[in-house]
Amino acid sequence: MTGPERSGGAGHQGLSSQAGGRSGGRMTTFEKALGLGDDALIAAQRLAEWCSRAPDMEEDIALANIALDQLGAARLLLTYAGELEGRGRGEDELAFLRDDREFRNVQLVELANGDFAVTMAKLLLLSVYQRLLYESLASSSDERLAGIAGKARKESAYHVDHASLWVVRLGDGTEESRRRMRTALDAVWPYSHELFEWYPELRAPWLSVIDEVLTEAGLARPADGWAPTGGRSGVHTEALSRLLADMQVLHRAHPGVTW
Amino acid sequence: MVTAADVVRAVPDPELRAVTIGDLGIVRAVDTDGSRVSVTITPTYSGCPAMDAIRADIASALREAGFSDISVNTVLSPAWSTDWITDAGRSKLAEAGIAPPGRTVSLTLTMRCPRCGSADTEELSRFGSTACKSLWRCRSCSEPFDAVKTL
Repeated sequence: MTGPERSGGAGHQGLSSQAGGRSGGRMTTFEKALGLGDDALIAAQRLAEWCSRAPDMEEDIALANIALDQLGAARLLLTYAGELEGRGRGEDELAFLRDDREFRNVQLVELANGDFAVTMAKLLLLSVYQRLLYESLASSSDERLAGIAGKARKESAYHVDHASLWVVRLGDGTEESRRRMRTALDAVWPYSHELFEWYPELRAPWLSVIDEVLTEAGLARPADGWAPTGGRSGVHTEALSRLLADMQVLHRAHPGVTW
Repeated sequence: MVTAADVVRAVPDPELRAVTIGDLGIVRAVDTDGSRVSVTITPTYSGCPAMDAIRADIASALREAGFSDISVNTVLSPAWSTDWITDAGRSKLAEAGIAPPGRTVSLTLTMRCPRCGSADTEELSRFGSTACKSLWRCRSCSEPFDAVKTL
């Protein structure tokens, strides 16, 4: 969908030799599976941090459910990435034994949760993108990716719905909730640009969905300006290191541990 | 005689105990060759935590039925839909107090209360006690109830 791609597998180069120097839109299926898998994995970990801390019990359950969907997609994508890489790394090795420079997720998903408005702003920007992306990948010539995307797109629709409801409710709520929602959107908006480094054609449909939600919420779309980048080549914010420390500590202390 | 396929389809779902995995429509294929059985299932949700339990339950049910060489595989495509839940499965869910899902071809506006049958219900949360359920309340009889999300 975004120009030529070679399938991974035999003769594939290791992660360390892949950073930088690539023109937009040309990535291998391995890189795609790894990057999208990392997006879902890190988003799942961040959402799971809300467990027992959400504003009410229904929300606690909702965020845990969305995290679980993301984790499910992450496991499928990372397992596939490991097979394409052909170095014997499974989902656990990829999730728990890589350092921050080896992660390929966009920076948007690693940012700290902040208040509830920041979490909903992040979820809206991410889930609308994921839904469009999975819809498009569902007809990919790569059957495995198409299968994973065909499954995940139906789940993404629920995530979009949930985030939209909250953005509207907060944006069109009290003076305080509106202030927080606007501040949150302004803070995370710059990070949305990175979503379209690999899939520039998705930005127009993405914007039209986002605009619709923001209009209903009575919020202005933040201006485009600063566009932080680097996640897809392994350059991350400090927030990812802290997240990984938390996520990986058990597996690193007790390699191969199971419940 | 009870076939391997019968045994597999009769395995109860670990999260929706009222229905079997056959009722849910997640059994794609059961191939037998002598004592060897190969089962293919599909997940309801990508991250469904019940999949491991389902795989284990299928294997133990088949072992009890005398099969020794068992493999359980998972396929994603075509993606499972709640339309695959059988009519028997839908009735069993309703009897257990869980509203069956709407049909994906039509827009579902409300869930009918599985206790009193009233259509005057409201959604409390799109996400319920498991990935496949949402939380509702009946305005007529005041009872909260689970509903299987349309997917």
